Amino acid sequence: MGIKILTEHINVPGIETLEVYRKHGGYRSVEKALKTMTPDEVVEEVKTSGLRGRGGAGFPAGMKWSFLAKPEGIPRYLVCNADESEPGTFKDRVFMEKNPHALIEGMITSSYALGANTSYIYIRGELLFILRILEKAIAEAYAAGLLGKNILGSGYDLDLHVAPGGGAYICGEETALLESLEGKRGNPRNKPPFPAVKGLFQSPTVVNNVETIASVPWIVNNTGAEYAKIGVGRSTGTKLISASGNINRPGVYEIELGVPVEEFIYSDEYCGGIWKGKQLKAVVPGGSSVPILPANLILKTAAGEDRLMTYESLSDGGFVSGSMLGSGAFIVFDEDQCIVRNTWNYARFYHHESCGQCSPCREGTGWMERVLHRIEYGHGHQQDIDLLVSVAKQIEGNTICPLGDAAAWPVASAIRHFREEFEWHIKHPQEATAPGAVYRGQLAAATV
Amino acid sequence: MAETINAFQFSNKALAEIQRYISHYPEGRQKSALLPALHVAQAENNGWVSPEAMDAIAEILNIQPIEVYEVATFYTMFNLQPVGKHVLEVCRTGPCCLRGADQMIDLIKQKLNIEEGETTADGMFTLKPVECLASCGTGPMLQVRETYYENLDSEEALDRFLEMMRNKEVETPEWKK
Repeated sequence: MGIKILTEHINVPGIETLEVYRKHGGYRSVEKALKTMTPDEVVEEVKTSGLRGRGGAGFPAGMKWSFLAKPEGIPRYLVCNADESEPGTFKDRVFMEKNPHALIEGMITSSYALGANTSYIYIRGELLFILRILEKAIAEAYAAGLLGKNILGSGYDLDLHVAPGGGAYICGEETALLESLEGKRGNPRNKPPFPAVKGLFQSPTVVNNVETIASVPWIVNNTGAEYAKIGVGRSTGTKLISASGNINRPGVYEIELGVPVEEFIYSDEYCGGIWKGKQLKAVVPGGSSVPILPANLILKTAAGEDRLMTYESLSDGGFVSGSMLGSGAFIVFDEDQCIVRNTWNYARFYHHESCGQCSPCREGTGWMERVLHRIEYGHGHQQDIDLLVSVAKQIEGNTICPLGDAAAWPVASAIRHFREEFEWHIKHPQEATAPGAVYRGQLAAATV
Repeated sequence: MAETINAFQFSNKALAEIQRYISHYPEGRQKSALLPALHVAQAENNGWVSPEAMDAIAEILNIQPIEVYEVATFYTMFNLQPVGKHVLEVCRTGPCCLRGADQMIDLIKQKLNIEEGETTADGMFTLKPVECLASCGTGPMLQVRETYYENLDSEEALDRFLEMMRNKEVETPEWKK
């Protein structure tokens, strides 16, 4: 059992109320930061902690904070990205649902550090029921003097609001999120200017993921140096992992970064092994956007070292033999799963979610979906595989926002590691389209 | 015959809810309340947003109607056609499919005798497959209004769910209570 920074009290009955939350040490970081630290000192602690953005990109949070422009007389904003929409990711939803005050505490302490007097939590529209939970907790915090004017007598003012989206994956991208928060279509903005200079309402803005913000109170209470001691190398602290797919114990697990992947899959503390006594075929370790890896490459790197749950180890080998930690959405495939069907499913998702602004993404995602659909349904051509590789390559890096890359990587990696399975679908359409049919030829090498 | 315009009327509670959102934003940034207003309109109008409702929102927010239309058509949660009493928003994305979402969607079609996007003849159910709802560990799952129904992993579970829904009234959102 590793240290629990985010989930220590998450199953305490009544933790969603201010009273119980405070009884378990809640809002201590607000007292400490507002009464004994300058905003810059809070930023320094977060920098020292090595905390990296938990939404998927893994950019150092303290560094992102230090980029925030501070022109005189212009308001600054902190916006929490609670648009959790990456297929496979559900950690933020579970966290906010169970422990809303923990996010609110993080918002107050972080807003103070950034000098923001109005902050927003942008939550995906499907989670209106969690918006209600957050609003109830926010009302409690206002009543207790933890929000509003002159918080705890410190002279610091903060208003906190929750804003719902309307069902658009793209609004998880920070500039699309800001557009949406302004009541517009979720079209990502060109950068520069970056949100740190011109963000919400053209004012300097920091956008951070729920888990990132919720990690700040522990850092303030215990110091950044203590946080940096947890984890491995540049992967400091703990991470919430959303475990899904064909495992015995799906759910959200807080791990100390550095747990071996094999332990995470097979230990009863985490996933509890593959369900129904099946073999492991593949894993998408960081959300649908990141490369899929066959069983042998998820457990060991190409060099034969144990793969660890860290930013560095999961990406070891680049895209040739590695993947990414991403948002920590760990999707597990058993031996009965068809990689072609899954790849088509993801391609349909990205086509559906492309905002349509950039041609390579708008046209390319639809093209990949159509080609994969015909392969899956027994009408593929031999040249389709290379065609997919070529389309994916032309999308990647050629769009305003990373949705293009996110659409290209699952297709490119599935072909890279499971090419035989695609070829089998094309060469044996009747066999491949029979109910429940799965290619097992490559299994000997890929499954563990 | 004179042309009549059927203006959409929000209830007082709905108007108050929209005003509450407007108050969250700086002066002159009332357009930010557009998405919340569309959610309110949908809850007010039997689960869909009509052109008249969009025009009414434009008036409240003091923006052009086109600014409402372009947003309502971008976000997939807003239904722009009449829907059944209960809209079954079924997750069809990868992680749920690993746990049987495809089979569940097929079963729903069979049992309700409708295709995706259609409404049952009695107006009870609309089937609307959607993308990932952030409930991947508990798939197959679906959403109706503000509630998630999870682990629908067998025909029995689905039957129980449909039976329950047939006898269930439409949820009242918090602000309407």
